[in-house]
This record gives sequence, structure tokens and C-alpha cells, in this order.
Amino acid sequence: MSILGTRVIRTEDPRLLTSGGVYVDDLREPELAGAVRATFVRSPVAHALITGIDTSEALAQPGVVAVLTVADMTDMPDQVPPEPLPEGSPPPEGPMPLGGVWSEPLLAVDRVRFVGEPVALVLTDSTYQGEDAAELVSVEYDQLTAVPSIDAALTGETLLFPEAGTNVCTKGLGDISDDSIFDGCEVIVEGDVLNQRVAVVPMEGRSTAAAWVNGKLTVWTSTQNAQIARLILTAIGLPPDAIRVVAPDVGGGFGAKIGVDRESIIVAWAAKHTGRPVRWVETRSENLVSMTQGRAQQHHVKIGGSKDGHIKAYRLDVVQDTGAYPRMSGFLPMLTNLMAPGVYDIPAVQAAYKVVVTDGTPVAAYRGAGRPEAAATIERAVDWYAAEAGLDPAVVRKLNFIRPEQFPFVTKTGAPYDTGDYESALDKVLDAAGYAELRAEQQRRRDAGDTKQLGIGLASYVEITAADAGAGETAKVEVHDDGTATVYTGSSAHGQGHHTAFAMIVTAELGIPMDKIEVIHGDTDLIPDGIGTYASRSLQLGGSAVQKAAIEVKDEAAKRAAELFEAAEADVVLDAETGIWHIAGDPDKSLTWSQVASAADEGLIVANVRFTADRPTFPFGSQLSLVEVDVETGKVTLLRHVTADDAGPVLNPILLDGQRHGGIAQGAAQALCEEILYDDDGNPLTSTLADYAAITAAELPSFELLRSETPTPVNPMGVKGIGEAGTIGATPAVHNAVIDAVSHLGVRHIDMPMTPERVWTAIQQGGAKKVSAE
Amino acid sequence: MIPPSFTYVRASSVDEALSLAAEHGEDAKYLAGGHSLLPLIKLRMASPAVLIDLGRITELSYIRDEGTHVAIGALTRHHDVATSAVLAADIPLLAHTAGEVGDPQIRHRGTIGGSVAHGDSASDLPATLLALDATFVIRGELGIRSVPATEFFKSIFETAIEPGELLTEIQVPKPATPAAWSFQKFTKRAIDWAIVGVAVQGTSVALISMGMTPLRATAVESALASGASIADAAALAADGTSAGSDIHGSKAYREHLARVLVRRGLEEAASRS
Amino acid sequence: MKVELTVNGKDITADVEDRMLLVHFLRDVADLTATNIGCETTSCGACTVLLDGESVKSCTVLAAQADGHSITTLEGLASDSGEMHPVQKAFHTEHGLQCGYCTPGMVMAIVSLLKENPSPTEADVRSGLEGNICRCTGYHNIVQAALVAAASNTVSSNTVSSNTVSSNTVSSNTVSSNTVSSNTVSSNTEAGK
Repeated sequence: MSILGTRVIRTEDPRLLTSGGVYVDDLREPELAGAVRATFVRSPVAHALITGIDTSEALAQPGVVAVLTVADMTDMPDQVPPEPLPEGSPPPEGPMPLGGVWSEPLLAVDRVRFVGEPVALVLTDSTYQGEDAAELVSVEYDQLTAVPSIDAALTGETLLFPEAGTNVCTKGLGDISDDSIFDGCEVIVEGDVLNQRVAVVPMEGRSTAAAWVNGKLTVWTSTQNAQIARLILTAIGLPPDAIRVVAPDVGGGFGAKIGVDRESIIVAWAAKHTGRPVRWVETRSENLVSMTQGRAQQHHVKIGGSKDGHIKAYRLDVVQDTGAYPRMSGFLPMLTNLMAPGVYDIPAVQAAYKVVVTDGTPVAAYRGAGRPEAAATIERAVDWYAAEAGLDPAVVRKLNFIRPEQFPFVTKTGAPYDTGDYESALDKVLDAAGYAELRAEQQRRRDAGDTKQLGIGLASYVEITAADAGAGETAKVEVHDDGTATVYTGSSAHGQGHHTAFAMIVTAELGIPMDKIEVIHGDTDLIPDGIGTYASRSLQLGGSAVQKAAIEVKDEAAKRAAELFEAAEADVVLDAETGIWHIAGDPDKSLTWSQVASAADEGLIVANVRFTADRPTFPFGSQLSLVEVDVETGKVTLLRHVTADDAGPVLNPILLDGQRHGGIAQGAAQALCEEILYDDDGNPLTSTLADYAAITAAELPSFELLRSETPTPVNPMGVKGIGEAGTIGATPAVHNAVIDAVSHLGVRHIDMPMTPERVWTAIQQGGAKKVSAE
Repeated sequence: MIPPSFTYVRASSVDEALSLAAEHGEDAKYLAGGHSLLPLIKLRMASPAVLIDLGRITELSYIRDEGTHVAIGALTRHHDVATSAVLAADIPLLAHTAGEVGDPQIRHRGTIGGSVAHGDSASDLPATLLALDATFVIRGELGIRSVPATEFFKSIFETAIEPGELLTEIQVPKPATPAAWSFQKFTKRAIDWAIVGVAVQGTSVALISMGMTPLRATAVESALASGASIADAAALAADGTSAGSDIHGSKAYREHLARVLVRRGLEEAASRS
Repeated sequence: MKVELTVNGKDITADVEDRMLLVHFLRDVADLTATNIGCETTSCGACTVLLDGESVKSCTVLAAQADGHSITTLEGLASDSGEMHPVQKAFHTEHGLQCGYCTPGMVMAIVSLLKENPSPTEADVRSGLEGNICRCTGYHNIVQAALVAAASNTVSSNTVSSNTVSSNTVSSNTVSSNTVSSNTVSSNTEAGK
């Protein structure tokens, strides 16, 4: 029996559980001996001109090695802005900064655009001296009017980038002007949905250490992709082969640690500039104001259909708040538009987006990156429509699902869904939750006027994984003359358990036991070419690459075995369970991997591959949230959360479920309690973990996970990605549940997060609709 | 993250603590469990030049049944208050409240005296001690004085403790009907400070986060005394309060919560008695 | 000032700044880097260690306050022969960790929790962990691990390292998930108070 599909506990764990992970701040590499500590001086104001920086008092403090500002960066090559796009070009939609007039500096030059923007860098002998000295760097700010919100940005009264003439930095080409798609719709609902700004909160913040030794810069950084980080670091004026990037243990990333951002580039430059090794570990307060944040979209939505539940038309208009610098061009809302219609076969779909800058923290990828926003809104819209039509939301979903026989299915927005069985996933969840009994209990409580009302929320979702399938992933597999194997992967685990998963793939192909397989990632000296871990791509691309390399190793080994057996290659057989080579039909002759590898050149059998797929894959599922709402206070308690998330065949149920759990928690958190807030002057109000309500175990139930495995034809293992799916489904499930709990009181919509006060306020206003229906 | 520099000195007795405080004057602050003070210092929102660590003064950690009241040493840790058999029997409201403070780690370090002396109107224990009509025993160079709870909390972060004085003991009268208690702590997340909280012992009601100090809900108490129903009395919960508005709750919502939680607290206390 | 702490059974004496936090003493002086820092507001619990056997947040204790006291970190949890503590084992079998950053603090918090409450309910575990934030796991398996460790019934109340009867199950039979369908643990959870 193959090891694939079985529960294998992680090979990563014994070390992590006994001596602990080794994150950047734990590194004791000899090159970092005597490293100075980096402390950033950051802007305390949201929008201002910098009129002076006085570093003299700071320089006089004990242990201060240097205080660096943009003025010191004369040894950096000029950052050449990209050529302006020719007239009529489509908008930039890649996950790359817009550049041009929207360019983001490293250390601030002459103005700051968000509280927390780095202005100067203090290097001290010890950590404790850092904050002391940084406090004494004196920066003069000439404050400008803040642009603290999307609404403020859209007025254009204050421009963050005056040269640009607008705060709208890019927009999509989608046309939403034709209202005739709603002609003939008997039921139409229109309204606004906020997908609020949230913080990523990896438990380890950003951290980077760098050492410049003998013309080579080594950078250890908490990243999701060492190779891409290296490319970005060439900005300091070094070619890639003069830079080595190492990802040590990484304490969570969730999309916000893709590559490296400006602070890490500054730290790497500082190491080269001063000739001293430098280590930077951000504090949580820094993390909550200057690590990229997520979501931050405002939607205007219109949905229309027939009285009997068939959706005919859907329009989604997205405004993306990208914060002070457009680091991802139109990438996020482009994905939101792409996934707008979700799991439904809707005849007419319109989607548009525009991106505005505001003086908040820059926004970038966060678990789901554009897709949670799409699902959150279509699932609200379907509930609005169901409520208006007087139909059960489960019934409406089923009436409109894309049916299994319609796959592969290209949506009206151009998304090429590979496989799916949406109704089956919903049925599983309804059945496991006991939907009819829950509705009955809900009705009983409504009739009795109970203080604690029950809410049942459904979410059916589909999402796009490995959106950059064509970039693929690399893998090198080596079998050594002692029978052990080494896997080098371009993927870059930061908690996902790839070492276990990829070793399982090698074991399945080659029969080499797990404890004889080492998996290596995240070092550009060892793996110069790789893409990394984000977009839920690692198993379908990285794992497929490992499988491909293992198969090539097996084919090469078969040749060696044939030579040793003095037999025909076609007669040579590998028993993948035992890892023993035989001749077919001759049980007396056998060879071990050690023997076969020893016979190869240099005692090594190796295959180095890249695996690419020709398109992304589309995992899907349904989730049901059961909540209790105290109608006197608005307090929400999550009672149950039942999911059927389908990402194809399951390699290791333990790893799969772990990703689902983590995703569900972050999704529920957005619905329930997390939000980044600013005051009218752009000052952050949620810049510590005391104020930013990161969800804890006390707010969550245990989850009920159902299995569903619909393969994809896109890769040999048939697998899709699960990393973000849990989050995408959980937010709308919880959101819908809370509103469902108080819908009998006239509530039609509540914006996230559904804090007690928001829920209570909605109940008070019950009947004062926030959505309009025709 | 990193505290600004300070000088650490250690007191091994109350007398030593008082004389160190006198010696260093305004530059010094007492350090008990450190879980109110050190977080402020780490954020550089407070920067005393001297910290006088009281942690070795074991003689101030006790819970004694003194007949009509229970005497609690100021340096008794929340965990010990929460798990005290004496309090469980005689003043369960107090034991329960201590078990609501922060999380288990915080309760292993934080002290009842440190929490109370800090004077945060969002804290749990001050309101409970106010509802229980506790008396605070304060020692200074000039002697000992006792301050009733109604006079102890003066404003936010301001108590009756004068510079240099040390809170040594909290005396809590045993309620007539110990079981007639309720503690309604309303939060968004379990770990959060109370958006609004209510401590009830019999017909004594105190409020958390409805003003600059913990407040007795005197309008409620008067109504109950004149025979009003719980529902009618609770409707007056916001009278005489001055709740603020912040990201955790608006004033109007806090006032509403006060009414609801007072009603629930009184009902629960009544049901237990 | 000079401080002497017993850390994982070993006496360590050092001259440190008065303001040195215990967590930095452990990481930088004792060179035990398993204990991590995740915030500045005593909110996240990543820095949790045992001080005289009780869980504390070492970022909110001065090394000077811990002078003369005994500290146990994750590195000191396994037995002298290297056998993992039941809580460590349960984290392994129940997949209670992903990136590992919150894990040392979680494990130490649970060790202390189980010492004080050897047979907690799920609700007890969840509220007992309200001061420990994890971003990867959604807490589900962490809670499972705590309950499995409790059920393995070998957590001694006096010593940190226990005499374990090896629970050699990969997926334990008592409260963890089965492989086929749903993963139901009692969901009568009083989530939040």
C-alpha cells in the first residue's frame, strides 16, 4: 500500500519540539558574530514632508555604530523606474510594484506617506541600545492633510503622489456600465459590502540578518522564497551570484513574506555599506504598522434573478485600498474580479476594479490574496437574493451551482475551472451539520423570543491555486551510495510540512524509507533556481516536481540496475514498497538502492527538473457556520464550523487538515473580530496585539472537517492547493451565520467584523435596510 | 519593546520599601507582579528612574480569615486569590474575579495590590472590591491608615495612595449571603479588558469602564432599596456614569451594556442566594 | 546587577543590565533560543516559560525579579534520557504545530495548565490558552494535544519530566480525529465569557 494518502506525523517536529525552531533572531552563524543590531526610526505621522533629520544626538549614544538615512545611500545604484506603458496598454496586473510616479523609496526621501514608514536606520552594538538611540534621532515633519480612507482618496482633494495627479493608481478594463443585464430580473438586490483591512500577524515578524564577506553578501531572512528574495536584493547593486539568501525556520508568512520588502533591502545594504554584519528583528508594533496588510476592499454589488431562484446577472465593482504604495499594482482586485461569480453559473457577469492609494500601511497578499474578497461578497449577495426571494439559501445555491458535467468550465470572467462537484460538497456539509434540525431549533428559538438566537451560515466557494502555474517549480533528487536520498526543492515551507510531504512522495516512488530522506529548501547556494511557497502552489507544482525528479532517478537507476543484473532494462523492476530492485520473475536476484547508486558515476543518481503546469487549479468546497447571537448585547459565539474542502487527492490528511484549521481560524477572525483602524489623521488605532483583536482559542470551536477529493487533470497526482481554501470559505460562512441569526429582526446586512456593538446596532436599526431591493 | 534604563533596588521588608521610596522620591515606582507597570515601561509610556522590587516581601502574601472579614496581603497573587478555599467559601465573588484577570500566566505573577494600586478603571478587581466595600490599608513613613473603597479610587491611574506610601493589605468584609454574587465581564475576546463589567454582591453593584474609576451604581442600589424590581432598577445603571467612547465601544453602547449586565448580574446573584 | 538563575536545572550567573527582561536573559545569556518573542504587550504568550513550575510570560518579568528562582524552558522539558514530555509527544502525534514559533510558549502554558488541572475539559483548555496566540493551526490540534496529553495520564504534578508509559499510537484513540470523515470534539464550547 502506498504511503500516499496516509497519516504520517511530521518529520519536522522532533527538532521544533525539543530544541525549538531556529529563526533569524536565533541564528548563531559565525558570519554573524558581532552583528550590530538594526533599529528603524519610523514616521509618527501619516502624511508629511520631511524638512530635516538630525542624527547628532543619536550618534553620541553608547554603542551606536551608525545612523543611516537616504543621504547615505549614494552607493546604491539609481532605481530605474520602469518604462511608462504605451498608450492603450492593459493595466499592470502582476504582483509587482507599479513603480514610475508611484515608486516607493527604501528609506524615506523627502516625504512620508504612512505612520511607520522607515526614515532612518540606527545600528548599535546591542539590542538594548537600539531603541535608546533611535528615540534621539530628530526628524522634522511638515504635516500634510491625511488621506485616511478610500472615500478621502477618491475625492482627490489631497494627493499622496502629486505628480500623478490622482489617487487612483490603476484600474481594470471591466465595463460595468450596461445595466440591461438586469432587465427582466424579478428580484434585484444592490448594496455595499466592506471587506475590511486586516493585519497578517505571523507570530514571527519580519527579520533579516546580513553579512558582507569577501565580496559576497549572505542574507538570512524570514521569507517565503529565497530565490525571489535574492532577485529583489540585486537592487542594492550586486549581481545574483554575489548574493546568497537563506531562509531559516520562518515563523509564518501567509503571503506577507513573499520575497523581501524595503526594510530587508535596507538592512542588506547596510551590511555592505558598513562592512559589519547586521541583524534586524522587528517588534510587533512595527509589524502591525509596517508589514503589509490584507484585504481592504470596498465593493458595490448588484445581483438579479428570477423569483424562483435562478440568478441571471451579477455585477461587482471593487475599490482596492492599496495603502501608501501600490506594491501589487492591480493584482489583488484583478483576482477578485476573476473569481467574482464563484461557484455559480451566472449568464451575465460584470466586474470592474480601481486601486487607490491612502496613507495607510501598504496592502499586499494575505492568505487568499484577492479571492476571499470575491467569495465573501458573492456569498453575501446570494444570501441577499435568497432572502429577498423568500427562498432557503441552500436551495438557491444548489439551483445555481455549475454542474459536474459542465466541467471544464470557463466563467464569464474568464476563469478556467478544471473540476468540481459543488453540490456534493454542500450536501455533505448540510448532512453532517444536521441542517434541517438546526433550522428547526432556530425557529423554536425565534418563536420563543430567546435572548440567544441561532444563526446558520453557508458558504460555497471556489478558488484559484497556482495562479502562476507556468512558472512551475524546481526539484532535484539525489540518491547516494549509502542508500539515502536528498531532495532539494524550490518550494519554501514555513509551517506547511513540505519536508514530510515531499519525503512521502519520494518514498512512494522509490521505496526509500522516510527516515533516510533529507529535504532541503531555502538556500540559493544549494537551490539557485526556485519560485517558493505562496498561492497554494507547493504540492501541485513543488510536489509534482519532486515526483518528476524521483521518476527520472528511478529511470536512471533502472539502467544501472540492468547493467548490474546483466539483464534487459525492461525486465528490471523496483518494488516501491521495499525499495528493492529485482529482475521480473527472478526473486533470488535483488539489489538495494545503495548498491545501485554505488554503481553510478560518482556514486550518485541525480535528477534536476522543473515542473510546470499549463494552467491553475480550482479547489472548492462548502462551509457551514453555526453561531449564537445574544440579541441584547450583540455578542456572537461560534458554536460549530463544518466544512467540506476539496483540493483533490489527499497526500497526508494530517497536513491537509492542519491547513484547513489554520485557514478557517483566520477566515472566521476576519468575520468576527479583526480590523485595522485609523483615526481621521491617519494614525493607527490598532497597533498592538492588545488592540488588534487577533483571534484566540477561546473564541473558536473545534472544527468538523469532511473529506472530499475531486482530482484535477492538470498534474499527475491530480492535486490542487489547500493552503488558502479554508480562509476563503470561512469568512462568508461566519458572516452569513451572524446575519442569519438576526434576520428575523429585520437585519439584512452587517459589515465585518461583526463586533458585538456592530451586531447590536444592526438589531436596533432592524428594518432600516442597508441594501436596496427592487 | 525594550525598557528605558532604570535602577533596580530590592526591598526585603515593608520598612525597607518605605525607606527606599523616601530616598528616591518621585523618581521611583514600586514593582509588585509587574504586570501593570512593566508593559507601560516596555512601551516607553512610563520611565521611572528607579524600580523598587517588592517581590521578596513574602510577609505581604496571605489570605487570612479574620472572622468578620478576610484580610489579603497586597502582594498576594491573583492565582492564589482565585484558588483560595477561604474565599471560595466566604467571598466567592472575589475569588471568581481574580480568576478573570488576564490569563493564567498573568495570574501567576500579578498581585491584587499591584492591580488595585495601578488604578485602571478597566480592571476587574477594583470594581469587585468596591462592590464588596473593601478597606485598603496603606502604610507610610508616618504610620498606617485605612481608606474605604469609596474613597480609594480617585481618577484613572490615581488612587488615595500618596507618593512613598505602600498598600499593604486589603480587608474585605464577608458578605451576609456569600452566594448572592455575580460577575459580568463583557468582552469581544476572552483575553480583552472589559468593555463594560459589573460586579454584584447582594444588592451592591459596581461598574467597570463606566467612568474614570470603578463606580458604584448608586441609582440602581437606591432603586432596589426602595423596592424596585430588578428590571426597573437595572434600567438606571447608566445614571451618574461617564463612559467614554473608543475603538472598543461607544458611550451609548456602553450605557446600554451597563443596563443589560446589571440586570443579568442582579438576576444571577438573586438566583444563587 | 548580578543575577543567578537556575535554568533547566543548571545554575547561571551573569552580570546584566537592571532592565534586562527574563526572555532576553534566557535567549542571549543562557543561549536558550527556543523561547520566542511575539509582541510587546504581554498579549501573545510566545515567551511563556515556567518560573518555579508555574507558567509566566518571560517578556514581562525582569531577570532581576527571577534572580534566585528556577526557570524551565522548552529545552528543559524532555527527560534526562531525552524522552519527550507527554505534552511534547502529544503535539507531535496531534500535529499541534506548523511553523513552530508559538510552540514553545504553547507547550509550557499547557504543561502548567495540566499541572493545575489534570483533567481539563475542552472549554478549560481553550480558556486556559486565551493568552497564547497561534496563527497557523487554528488551535484545533493544539487543544487536541492538550487533551491527549491529559488523557495519557502521566503528567506528574511535582516534576516536569514524567515517567511515561510510551503512548505509541500515531493517532490516539481517545479524543483525536479519525481518518474517515468528521473530526468532532464536543462542541459545547463556551467560547469566550
